[in-house]
Amino acid sequence: MMDRVRLVFSGSGGQGVITAGIVLAEAAVLYENKNATQTQSYGPEARGGATRCDVIVSDSEIFFPKVIQANILVCLTQEAYMKYHDMVRPGGLIITDTRYVTVLRSMDCRQVELPLLQALVNATGSDKAYNIAALGTVLSLAGIVKPQSVLNTLLKRFPHADHTVNARALEIGMALPT
Amino acid sequence: MTESLAFMQGNEVCVEAALYAGLDFFAGYPITPSTEIAEHLARRLPSIGGKYIQMEDEIASVCAIVGASLTGHKVMTATSGPGFSLMQEGLGFAVMAEIPMVLVNVQRGGPSTGLPTGPAQGDVMQARWGTHGDHAMIVLTASGHQDLFSVTVEAFNLAETYRTPVILLLDEVVGHMRERVMIPEKNQIPVIDRLRTSVKAGVDYHPYLPREDGRLPMSDFGGEHRYNVTGLYHDMWGFPSTNPKVVHGLIRHLTDKIRHHAMEISRVKEYHLEDARTVMISYGSSARSALHVVNHRRARGERIGLLELQTLWPFPYSLVAEKCENARLIVVVEMNLGQMLLQVKRAVRHPDRVMLANRVDGVLITPSDIQSILRLIQGKGV
Repeated sequence: MMDRVRLVFSGSGGQGVITAGIVLAEAAVLYENKNATQTQSYGPEARGGATRCDVIVSDSEIFFPKVIQANILVCLTQEAYMKYHDMVRPGGLIITDTRYVTVLRSMDCRQVELPLLQALVNATGSDKAYNIAALGTVLSLAGIVKPQSVLNTLLKRFPHADHTVNARALEIGMALPT
Repeated sequence: MTESLAFMQGNEVCVEAALYAGLDFFAGYPITPSTEIAEHLARRLPSIGGKYIQMEDEIASVCAIVGASLTGHKVMTATSGPGFSLMQEGLGFAVMAEIPMVLVNVQRGGPSTGLPTGPAQGDVMQARWGTHGDHAMIVLTASGHQDLFSVTVEAFNLAETYRTPVILLLDEVVGHMRERVMIPEKNQIPVIDRLRTSVKAGVDYHPYLPREDGRLPMSDFGGEHRYNVTGLYHDMWGFPSTNPKVVHGLIRHLTDKIRHHAMEISRVKEYHLEDARTVMISYGSSARSALHVVNHRRARGERIGLLELQTLWPFPYSLVAEKCENARLIVVVEMNLGQMLLQVKRAVRHPDRVMLANRVDGVLITPSDIQSILRLIQGKGV
């Protein structure tokens, strides 16, 4: 892993992009002894609106906690993609869901388009833990933290009754890019 | 409780630190970006036998904690700009009646309801002068979670030591950001408890008669002693007085008890100031961006440093003057139109060397914003 990864999860309020970022950053701090910050920007509405969650994971101390140039951008809506695709560094990575996003072709970075929602619904019959599935694609494509660290965090943060669903979604997300 | 590693929001760190300091009563009216403080305390306080009350508004909230503090509790409320404006009357009462309490203002963009989810540092002067009349005020802040923990405990300690409200002036970025924090073991940070009177029940107790060291022991209201509490100028019994001697003595007492201890109250952090020709002065989340710039430029050999303020008021004038003594350029980094800038100009020998690096559009000032401003000031263009 690079010694500093700057990642942005983006989508619509209610999709769980902020939670996905929190889980990733918490896994890095609690189970891998790294530094991480997580910040967010969102509008006053509880649902809808462009939501963005910035995560920095680093071996050294992090002062400025926002992401200006991202190594990795995850977009779960077209609006978020149009708003944020420019912030990816040349050679960076954009992950999108084909269900929601049509990508621009002129980008100087790696764009991975995945039928994420489709795969999740096909496998589980529901869109539950969609955000965790999205996190799974990040782990698969970029590493950052070990899947076990994320599983530990999911167990710690959420009711045990939800763990099977979360773990399955993570697995589906991780399997998808290969 | 053993030391433990956590990953949490600034607002949650504030809650954990308040509980560490002995908080057992919170009354508030949730408002973005401070809501998580109320949310976490609603869950945490009942489980430790404390009281959490969601009030009908911010005026009631501040009044409720004033009352609870008098009865012997360690109290706090949390709000943001619009609520802070409403709380000014109760805050003034707490100054006058000498009530220990902690008021957290997680700043958002203002004036009015302003920018609920965007960061700003525009309440610095309101924290100092928001309530009417001459008075002193202790206002603390922090830029990261480890400091936020100790500063919050310190806020409670200062409130008890000086029998005064203490304002914890945070901002949206620090409040909402999540990062690593070590929750200290019990007793790792000293906690100052309520100084109670040794006067026995049935013996006259003077609530406003200072001891030789200037401190005023309290008696839990509704307990062993009957006494009066008022927002009017009052004598040692707590009863209203218009006697010029009493009035003069009290206003001097209220301001001197803090002014005379300004050096003990002052908390600052210094980064590379020894030989700095450019001194940046900042606080809260802005200081994170400033520190990023200092480290970046230091690595390239520039003699630049940062003075981070954790005590905003009383403003450490003499310390700022001393640290800026050899500076050719002093840059105040803040997210307002220059509220601390004015204090720095008052403090230093060459006010014309003091410049402002700011941002007031609801976005955290970035290291590149500061870099651009520095280049312009240093005559290097954009």
